[in-house]
Amino acid sequence: MNSREKILGRIREALQVKAPMPGHHGEAHAHPAQTNVDGIRHWLPKVGANWEQQKDLFAQNSVALKTEFKVVANAAAAVAEIKRVAAAGKWKRIAAHRTPLLTEVASGVGLDTLWTEKGYAKQDLESCDGGISACEALVAQTGSVMVTTQSSGGRALSVLPPHHIVVATREQLVPDLAAAFELVRRKYNGNFPSAMSFITGPSRTGDIERILVLGAHGPKQLTVLLIA
Amino acid sequence: MSTTAVNFKESATQYCHDLDHRQRIKTALTGYEVKRDENKARFTSWEEARQIAAEIKYEVISHLDQYLELFEKNLKARGAHVHWASDAKEARDIICRIAQENQVKHIIKSKSMTSEEIHLNEALEKNGFDVFESDLGEFIVQLRNEPPYHLVFPSMHLTRHQISETFTAKLGSARVTEPEQLTMIARDIMRQKFCLADMGISGVNFGVAETGMISVTENEGNARLTTALPRIHVALMGIEKMVRRMEDLAIFLPMLATAGAGQALTCYNTLFGAAKLPGEPDGPEQFHVVLLDNGRTAVLADAEQRDSLHCIRCGACLNVCPIFRNVGGHSYGTVYGGPIGSVITPNLRGLQDWKHLSFASSLCGACSQACPVKIDLAHHLLQNRRNSVKEKPPAFEGLLWHGFSFVMQKPALYRLGAKVGGLLQPLHEFVKGSALDPAKGWTETRETPQIAKQTFTQWWKENRQ
Repeated sequence: MNSREKILGRIREALQVKAPMPGHHGEAHAHPAQTNVDGIRHWLPKVGANWEQQKDLFAQNSVALKTEFKVVANAAAAVAEIKRVAAAGKWKRIAAHRTPLLTEVASGVGLDTLWTEKGYAKQDLESCDGGISACEALVAQTGSVMVTTQSSGGRALSVLPPHHIVVATREQLVPDLAAAFELVRRKYNGNFPSAMSFITGPSRTGDIERILVLGAHGPKQLTVLLIA
Repeated sequence: MSTTAVNFKESATQYCHDLDHRQRIKTALTGYEVKRDENKARFTSWEEARQIAAEIKYEVISHLDQYLELFEKNLKARGAHVHWASDAKEARDIICRIAQENQVKHIIKSKSMTSEEIHLNEALEKNGFDVFESDLGEFIVQLRNEPPYHLVFPSMHLTRHQISETFTAKLGSARVTEPEQLTMIARDIMRQKFCLADMGISGVNFGVAETGMISVTENEGNARLTTALPRIHVALMGIEKMVRRMEDLAIFLPMLATAGAGQALTCYNTLFGAAKLPGEPDGPEQFHVVLLDNGRTAVLADAEQRDSLHCIRCGACLNVCPIFRNVGGHSYGTVYGGPIGSVITPNLRGLQDWKHLSFASSLCGACSQACPVKIDLAHHLLQNRRNSVKEKPPAFEGLLWHGFSFVMQKPALYRLGAKVGGLLQPLHEFVKGSALDPAKGWTETRETPQIAKQTFTQWWKENRQ
């Protein structure tokens, strides 16, 4: 018998005795709490009822997280914003990936650009001053950006360069994590990207005397540009 | 007393007397409490959320075999390799074999308590692999050859000056003390290691059965890099880490962040379901998941304490525990410290060797209150005490209780005892706390209560009859 069979056998034997229900000292539940999506949603932090309120909540969370969040009118305004950031940081080289929108935005910046969607050398990406990516969703409740390997230029683009700039569009703003999961379920129909990540603010650590330092391993700065 | 108990007592005594250490831990954890409470208050109801989280875990653990099989099936369907390890040695062997078969030289790790549990680093190093911890706190304690102090904050016991000294001595870096400068030193070193590593090892916070994915939570981005750049990704996971579906994470991710670090959401929460897929630009060529039992099925077999497998390793119970705050994380002498460690270690590693951890508790119940998945920790500590005494009754204590019971049933004897005790007590002053004192363990650090000059019976006779 291999370890798999042994472990599963031990589990099945153990589970022949039922354990008491949690939190009620073994009494039977009068009203079983809802553990489906709606039940979960009910107790989490409140999100606004419409797009405007959810955008405001995302903005409010961004301040707390030290994410730079800007609503811009169109792709040209996004380009102008990135140019401003690039000039301030004396950027020489950026990384991006090709989607119709991002190709337009990244090309508009006018810097030497490493395109990641067809593969790249690690050291090349490491030497870029900024990484520009698209995303799957912006999550209002938590101030998170959801990126996936298929929509956002791979695994490293959003985490290796010291400044990550996200370009999002109006319909990508969703109320909560559950809605983001629903979105990728619909979009990929079971064929999920190999990695999906919620990015909530720039990389951080508190490992030295619990003092917050940004840019532990990932980006020191995170900018979210919402075209709306 | 077992050697583990002797070591615990020695270390705890030392730490309790170290007022600087206590102050440091108190400051860090007071800051955490403020942030935790702020974020708890944002929930519509934290208490209801706890109940739901507990019930999801109850459902999963009650059908663990089915969820694990589903998880395995879905992972394999997308090309991931799934390995099962009965114990620590088997898990170490599996991971060393993966490294050997793929001609790996450099290994980068993101934080994993499970890898500490199986002493993975030592095994890898012994087999000639170069192993680097990438989490800043873990990197610091690795440089100091120390185990992590806390499940979530491995280096919380160190000052910036101690860390600076370690960096100067071990890395030859410039003597800087600002946390930001120190962090940047580690960042620069790690950047090279990330690009160099052939294999990345991560832990797992949740296994998602329905879609065959693992979820990894972190703040620094080191787990993201560990799983992006090396050509092999190995994830080590305790079999109890399952949830039903992605949507369950909508409650577990915020609760883990709030209970664990006082955050609304941890900086990076990432789901991995496969190695690099066609059409993706980067990512590992191989994705391995190692499922570890190592005593977990024995805990599962104890229906009374089965809910200790609900644990999501947030560390909230350590943070609120008065024992942890005073004896410090290293005194436990085990990978999992604090209340959850005191509950599971005796069951994972031997009741008689580790029972002292369950006795080192004030039974204040703060841990049960703090637990986001409602593990009844305070009662489990009592159950461990009961089980240990049942299994091996302490002879001397039994004798004492027999004596006590005998005296209490003979009023004349009791009265005589009270009188003689009162007369002899002044003499106790001469031996108090010394080797001759029969009550030394108690009186060494405490004042002895005075036996009243007048017994209650005498008082009753004079005043009420």
